[in-house]
Amino acid sequence: MNIHIKNGRLIDPSNQLDAQQDLFIVDQRVAAIGKAPKGFVAEQVIDASGMIVMPGLVDVAARLREPGYEYRATLESEMAAAVAGGVTSLACPPDTDPPLDEPGLVEMLKHRARALNQCRVFPIGALTYGLKGAELTEMVELSEAGCKAFSQADAPLTDTRVLMRAMQYAATFGYRVWLRPQDSFLAKNGVAHDGEVATRLGLPPIPVIAETIALSTALQLARETGVTLHICRLSSAAAVDMVRAAKQEGLNVTCDVSMNHVHLTEMDIGYFDANCHLMPPLRSQRDRTALRAGLLDGTIDAICSNHSPVDDDAKLLPFAEAEAGATGLELLLTLVLKWAEQEKVPLLHALSRITINPAKLLGQKMGHLSLGAHADICIFDPAANWRVEPAALRSQGKNTPFNGYEMQGRVRYTLLDGQLVFQQ
Amino acid sequence: MNNPQLNKNGELQHLLSTEGLPARILRDILDQAGEFVNPNGGSEIRKVPLLHGKSVFNIFFENSTRTRTTFEIAAKRLSADVVNLNIGSSSTSKGETLLDTVDNLCAMHADMFVVRHSTSGAAHLIAKHVAPDIHVINAGDGRHAHPTQALLDMFTIRHYKKEFHNLTVAIVGDVLHSRVARSQIHALTTLGVPEVRVVAPKTLLPSHVDKLGVRVFHDMEEGLKGVDVVMMLRLQNERMQGALLPSAQEYFKYYGLTQDRLALAKDDAIVMHPGPMNRGVEIDSSVADGSQAVILPQVTFGIAVRMAVMSMLARN
Repeated sequence: MNIHIKNGRLIDPSNQLDAQQDLFIVDQRVAAIGKAPKGFVAEQVIDASGMIVMPGLVDVAARLREPGYEYRATLESEMAAAVAGGVTSLACPPDTDPPLDEPGLVEMLKHRARALNQCRVFPIGALTYGLKGAELTEMVELSEAGCKAFSQADAPLTDTRVLMRAMQYAATFGYRVWLRPQDSFLAKNGVAHDGEVATRLGLPPIPVIAETIALSTALQLARETGVTLHICRLSSAAAVDMVRAAKQEGLNVTCDVSMNHVHLTEMDIGYFDANCHLMPPLRSQRDRTALRAGLLDGTIDAICSNHSPVDDDAKLLPFAEAEAGATGLELLLTLVLKWAEQEKVPLLHALSRITINPAKLLGQKMGHLSLGAHADICIFDPAANWRVEPAALRSQGKNTPFNGYEMQGRVRYTLLDGQLVFQQ
Repeated sequence: MNNPQLNKNGELQHLLSTEGLPARILRDILDQAGEFVNPNGGSEIRKVPLLHGKSVFNIFFENSTRTRTTFEIAAKRLSADVVNLNIGSSSTSKGETLLDTVDNLCAMHADMFVVRHSTSGAAHLIAKHVAPDIHVINAGDGRHAHPTQALLDMFTIRHYKKEFHNLTVAIVGDVLHSRVARSQIHALTTLGVPEVRVVAPKTLLPSHVDKLGVRVFHDMEEGLKGVDVVMMLRLQNERMQGALLPSAQEYFKYYGLTQDRLALAKDDAIVMHPGPMNRGVEIDSSVADGSQAVILPQVTFGIAVRMAVMSMLARN
């Protein structure tokens, strides 16, 4: 279908484009910017006056809960949430039940996602069988089935020899390894940052060194094996410094941060608010400041939602017993806008953290609006105010620390491959 | 953020923690408790009809005989109907969630819950959940708080020392795992004690304990020098398994309260312990049974303090 998106402010970080331009889609691809291509006849016109037109968001961490946890969320519910949030591509961690350690599971997931035709799904394969940290998965087979990287999700990999071999094997084929650094012994039974709040509330702590010790191990093994390493969900100032130094050294390492950690700290736990029970834990104000600085100077490549739908029953428990996680797909854009406004970050720069940068982490040619690119597009009204009401969220997960927050910036249209998949 | 313990008039709605309560409420509780203690100095406590017709449910998800019994006696002396439920750890294995249990008890017309739970924050969760005419008393949640224990400790201190503003108090032992210690610290600082010390090896202190407004000592002798009150904490046997301590013997050698060490405190210093005591682990028998120990009066005062808390809640 030929679509004409007119009168919008086009922002495409990949092409350093921020201008009032029309965009023309022919045959599901970006055909022209500014002037209509020769002979173009619009079959559909979208008036984007007062709105921002940008590449569809790419989210490197969104749990869809399939297979195995369909009582928490299904592909149907979470894809609807994704497109409502302007997300057109997402990577899902392998901690499903069973974990994504078999090509058949990956193919099934991709097939289900394709049939729904809402959002592109990039499964991250399990690094070890059953995420048990002992035996390597068939990475080549999994890669052929569609896995774009390999990870332990939040499962521990305590045996450093297994970790080194997993990296060596992945490096052999040029596969990416994604790790969330957390020493499982130091973090054992922990539920909150080892700081003032955990001390006061008597919550079992997770110290910052649980992150930095594991990160140090991962960085040294990456140096040794030459693997392409991606560090997931940085949470501490010390870890940001380590990744910055590793990048300066020339190591092949990237990293991301969750939107929750860009905005919240341990203080938000207040009186045991289980919605703030997140993994990694929310840390101190100083850590949040360092994460924001890391985003600004490019140490941190991407912001993700770390979307993890949890059912109400698993949250209506005392803090430590409640399950970690929060819904996020529908809040990613607005929270990135909020960060950009608070830190006076130009949108061109801010939006790169949820478009071209995460696309590169997945090794995919997407997240931009170059001529010929798939027309995955998000159109949002930057002036629209709204309030986060759990019941109004499309995700099956209703728990969010941002419950009741006033937000600015709302998605109006989402296009996947030149087709309108969401409109409000 | 609203203080979940206070109603809109700033009165006590629930007693969940000693943190965040104004000194006036703490003093009111102590004053009220003073009226329940026999004015002639005897151990007898009067029975009063303040909670007549009210139902108090003691729900204990974690075993306790002492605390539950003193709450039961306190409620009965206030003429309340008391129901005891020892739910233990089996409730979750039966599949019922904490809040389902609470809903069921609310349907039985409970007016007040006394809750003990092994997880920090359980009492807050229940308080947030129940109808506004129901009151919740935290009888100990995980490592977080045990406010009535702290209040009876304050009552005991005031009984023997009269004032708070000129005292130095040492809390000795496993602060890391202790809900009692956290509640004591907040109560002492709120009531104006100028110097609160904690004394323990580094493995038994929370990382940011100094942020609670205490002076940290690792040397027992230094920590006890010149103090007016020594508050001992119980050492659980399982601390030896978690690589926190090598042995009970070694702990006693460096952190056990002996007569020699107690001599470093002021001559009229009092020794307190929340019980149950481990003789020969954190406290020597000669100290526990000695003239400076006020451990049994603590238990007696505990009933009056719990009566005071319950009657204050029932009024608000």
